[in-house]
Amino acid sequence: MTTHTGPHPTRRLILQGAASVALIGLGNLPLTPARAAANDKYPEEAFKLKNEADAIKALYGKTAEPSDKIKLDAPEIAENGGVVPISVTTTLDKVTSISFFVADNPNALAASYKIPDGTIPAVANRLKMAKTSNVTAIVEADGKLYSATKEVKVTVGGCGG
Amino acid sequence: MASSIRVRATSNGDITEVQTLIQHPMDTGLVKDAKGELIPAHYIQELKFACNGKDVFVANWGTAISKDPYVKFSFKGAKKGDDLKISWTDNKGGSDETTAKIA
Repeated sequence: MTTHTGPHPTRRLILQGAASVALIGLGNLPLTPARAAANDKYPEEAFKLKNEADAIKALYGKTAEPSDKIKLDAPEIAENGGVVPISVTTTLDKVTSISFFVADNPNALAASYKIPDGTIPAVANRLKMAKTSNVTAIVEADGKLYSATKEVKVTVGGCGG
Repeated sequence: MASSIRVRATSNGDITEVQTLIQHPMDTGLVKDAKGELIPAHYIQELKFACNGKDVFVANWGTAISKDPYVKFSFKGAKKGDDLKISWTDNKGGSDETTAKIA
């Protein structure tokens, strides 16, 4: 058995390296295929990331540009951060997905919706917000990413349950 | 047992509007209970709507979705009387599904 222990440290190192790259560098790698395909599977890693920019990259593999064709509807002030009604509609064509991010939540990505052909690109849902934060809606349309952001003031955080 | 999913799907001819309310704790894993112990994360990860054998809406959710989640969307291509199948799975392997008639 002892003769076989030789290659193991190297292999472990390689595996560790691969794992950390997967954790940190998702989306930065030219090797990662188009993220649209990943929409079929639950994007576990993207939901674990704390930072909004990282989560967008992990989910879509690219960055978004602001667009006035997205209408993000959120309250100016949310009295209860546990239930913040937020909806988005867009006049963009060929929308394939819509995602919601809350920048200052423990994990920025809140929800990601897949919009198949024939489904209207509009979603309403209710999010938890830990504190006053920017809320961003990302719309993927015709392979490009567009965003709209609005600040929501929270008077009572959503962490108290 | 009553289903955890309450759904209202109404057609106005071309477009079907779907409103859904699901009973689920959506625990984030960050909140402590009365004894000061962390309540483990328990939340819906995937919610699917299918009509006439085709997915019309798929939601991937994290812990930031409110307790007893609500979601609304609309789609084309269905008519009154069609079946809309709704199913969810959570991070603990729990799941539920129901079928609603489009009214």
